[in-house]
Amino acid sequence: MAQIGYSKKVMEHFMNPKNVGVIENPDGYGKVGNPVCGDLMEICIKVKDDRIDDIKFRTFGCGSAIAVSSMVTEMAKGKTLDEAMLITRKDVADELDGLPPQKMHCSNLGADALHAAIKNYWVKIGKIKPEEAKVEEESHEGESCGT
Amino acid sequence: MRDCGKVRREITMSGIYLDHQSAYPVDDRVRAFAEKSLTNDFGNPSALHSRGLAAKTVLEEARAKVAELIGAEGPETIIFTGGATEANNLAIRGLAARNATKGKKLLASSIEHISVLNPLKDLKKAGFEFSLIPVDRTGLIELAALESALSKDTILNSVMYANSEIGTIQPIKEVSELVHKNGLYLHVDGTAACGKIPVDVQKDGIDLLTVSSNDLYGPQGAGALYVKPGIRIQPVSFGGGQERGYRPGTENLFALAGFGEAARLAGQEMAEESARQQAIRDSLIQEILQIKESYLTGHPTKRLPGHASFRFSRIEGESILLTMDAMFGIQVSTGSACSSRTLEPSHVLLAIGLKHEEAHGSMIVTLGKDNSPEQVPAIVEATKKTVERLRAFSPL
Repeated sequence: MAQIGYSKKVMEHFMNPKNVGVIENPDGYGKVGNPVCGDLMEICIKVKDDRIDDIKFRTFGCGSAIAVSSMVTEMAKGKTLDEAMLITRKDVADELDGLPPQKMHCSNLGADALHAAIKNYWVKIGKIKPEEAKVEEESHEGESCGT
Repeated sequence: MRDCGKVRREITMSGIYLDHQSAYPVDDRVRAFAEKSLTNDFGNPSALHSRGLAAKTVLEEARAKVAELIGAEGPETIIFTGGATEANNLAIRGLAARNATKGKKLLASSIEHISVLNPLKDLKKAGFEFSLIPVDRTGLIELAALESALSKDTILNSVMYANSEIGTIQPIKEVSELVHKNGLYLHVDGTAACGKIPVDVQKDGIDLLTVSSNDLYGPQGAGALYVKPGIRIQPVSFGGGQERGYRPGTENLFALAGFGEAARLAGQEMAEESARQQAIRDSLIQEILQIKESYLTGHPTKRLPGHASFRFSRIEGESILLTMDAMFGIQVSTGSACSSRTLEPSHVLLAIGLKHEEAHGSMIVTLGKDNSPEQVPAIVEATKKTVERLRAFSPL
């Protein structure tokens, strides 16, 4: 039988999301999505010894968007930045025991927001150029919204 | 005694059900009536033996009851269908095909149900064209726009009596006068209105009317199309000639028996029940609009008695629906894109002028017989907490 509705794990993370909020003076900040499309996600990170020491998110969006945000912050916490950059949208969906097919694109922005926050940090410390961070974000934004 | 109006079904799920526009529970009295016909009257209404005649009697009684609810000229005006979607398709396609030589233009309001809009789109393949008449910010059809859209080769106009997403009730009589002055046919989708507010096809000047069984607390899978005497339509499916050939196929007797009984009960209890629901609706609207940045969608007064619809800034409707259900055991609906299969926001919310980001924050509450004024504080409290919770997550 095809899965009906959201997985138990999605509902758990939706009902009790981890790491909600903002970090004062974050080392990295990423924001992806668009309220017009119904999903907007922001992630703040604190970096210590090249690892994600603290991470917080705020999300405007549907149940899966909130669950995805919560899950990606849990997955990224404690990882090195390079490791965190390897987390994909699919990894997050898999960890949540899957998302309904129509939600795989629009609300699965957690990995993008995370990567945007890491790149923002890398720009700050001069590891990459600002242009390199921007291009990636915009392409994802276009992908996420059909309007 | 008010108790007779309760649905009285066995409660297997706890909570407060506020999504009647999506599905109504079947009334216990309707179920008992329909079950009787399922057990006793299994004959085919087309057969001439006594079993067949018994079944035919059940069918014709049901037809008379539906005709009576909508003030029809007689039972022969009622074509039973497999639901409102089928009735809408039959009305639009049947009228268009029958009148194709008169003209090729079709009209409908911009907030019609998808089962009216999609047949219109499909008819383009057969050379018809259609225009959608805009509505104002409260959802009322723009009569001036309708008037200017009328032309000699326009065949029909389809306008719903009331909208299930925003509750707005249309001035059907005025629409009818305008339409008939110009020689068009008027189809009215009465799915959300019948059994809630008085609908009288003769007084209102309706040529074709769609009625749904489930919206009257009857079984799903049954509906009707009223066709005014003298108006001819073309069938859209072909078979054994049941329903005067307009909707062939052996009748779903069990569901239709229930539909008839549901129509009879609705006619008897509508006035009292609608007044009761309206009082609950009004206190819900008053209390919920106390929430900051909350707005009513649809018309403030010309709205269905049990219908309250809102939008909240900075949050999204599917999250509202899930929180209300999982945290508070309250089932509501939303017109948000994120809850739809197509991921498009409700065309109704866009038609009343909402921006995409505004339409996302929609919550629709539709009351039924089981709801009581005592539930209002719990619903209001749950809504407040849900909005507060989601806004705390929101970066907007």
